Amino acid sequence: MSRWIPLWLHKLGSPPIFYRFAGALRPWFLGLALIAGAVALYGGLVLAPADYQQGDAYRIIFIHVPSAWMGLFVYGVMAVASFIALVWRIKLAEAVAMESAPIGAAFTFITLVTGSLWGKPMWGTWWTWDARLTSELVLLFLYLGVIGLYHAFEDRRQGARAAAFLAIVGIINVPIVHFSVNWWNTLHQGSTVRILGPSKISGDMLWPLLTMMVATKLYYVASLFGRVRADLLELEGGKDWVRRIATGEVVPGEQA
Amino acid sequence: MNPTRKRRLIIVLLVLAAAAVAVGLTVFALQQNMNYLFTPSQVRAGQAGAYGTFRLGGMVKAGSIERSKDSLKVGFTVVDADGAMPVEYTGILPDLFRDNQSVIATGHMADGHFVATEVLAKHDETYMPKELKDAMEKAHHGGKAVAASEEAR
Repeated sequence: MSRWIPLWLHKLGSPPIFYRFAGALRPWFLGLALIAGAVALYGGLVLAPADYQQGDAYRIIFIHVPSAWMGLFVYGVMAVASFIALVWRIKLAEAVAMESAPIGAAFTFITLVTGSLWGKPMWGTWWTWDARLTSELVLLFLYLGVIGLYHAFEDRRQGARAAAFLAIVGIINVPIVHFSVNWWNTLHQGSTVRILGPSKISGDMLWPLLTMMVATKLYYVASLFGRVRADLLELEGGKDWVRRIATGEVVPGEQA
Repeated sequence: MNPTRKRRLIIVLLVLAAAAVAVGLTVFALQQNMNYLFTPSQVRAGQAGAYGTFRLGGMVKAGSIERSKDSLKVGFTVVDADGAMPVEYTGILPDLFRDNQSVIATGHMADGHFVATEVLAKHDETYMPKELKDAMEKAHHGGKAVAASEEAR
């Protein structure tokens, strides 16, 4: 590859090295995700005070909002990995892109379901076709499209390339989801947590939300590493390093 | 970068740019049609005239809610900065429905008032504990009281 990519990054792109690297880090990410998630749930469901107008019903925010952020974040990762996969044909990038899709789809699904559960008592409806809800649904369909297209091909790498194109084109929906509440009159409220300017949420409700954001990110990395490792074993089935793991010559995750 | 990769890079970027332009134009064209609701002053100005059924959005005017004693019928007035519209509705209202709440009603016009088939409450993006809200209101009213007593002097 090119000179301007550091050697260690280049090395990490090789399947056996990434397999070992991800195997070693995965338990840490998973453990930290569980701890952060437990702290955030306790903070959100027990410690945080009830909202002045929604009472306890607002607590779904601690699941809904971090999931929504992850739905967009995972899509971004998937699109960047797809771009690298299309241009440089790196196996690892294909695996990262394709294995991100089901995780992102799950987060988007959780977002839609929790939002619907909250919408019924607060708004008075389970679903409405406003710009935010509709674009979020399109996001879910894009994820499902990427997953479906990937599996529609006999040859996995060919499928990955086709699905990568869809993933890249679909990135256009991400800013639409994010800015829909500003661009159009929507039933969905605007952003509560803002990077620029003060957030519209009090501090004792904000910290569990941000902790959950960290937990979902850590969980994503752990889940992705596990899925990519399994994918790499399958993609590289005939290679020597996989055979050695399969025959038990080396313990997986330690040496390859 | 070798020529093959350069070519692939250009193709991917071109596809992305084409898709972005297409979606951008669509969104721009939909800007007018995609408005989820009309405000009372927009309805008064005749902007909703082309639609049989449309959504009316605004704040519930304080003190305007009138509930019928023997049915689920309720009447209220929706206002925006410079317009008001009486609304009639029969059904169950959402939890957040009350004075000064942003609502979105779906329905049609009949003899100068709006007959709603569905009323939704729009939630704002502010989250805070009840104690804080009370404290803020107290400070707000306290400030007003001080101003009033100063005026009286």
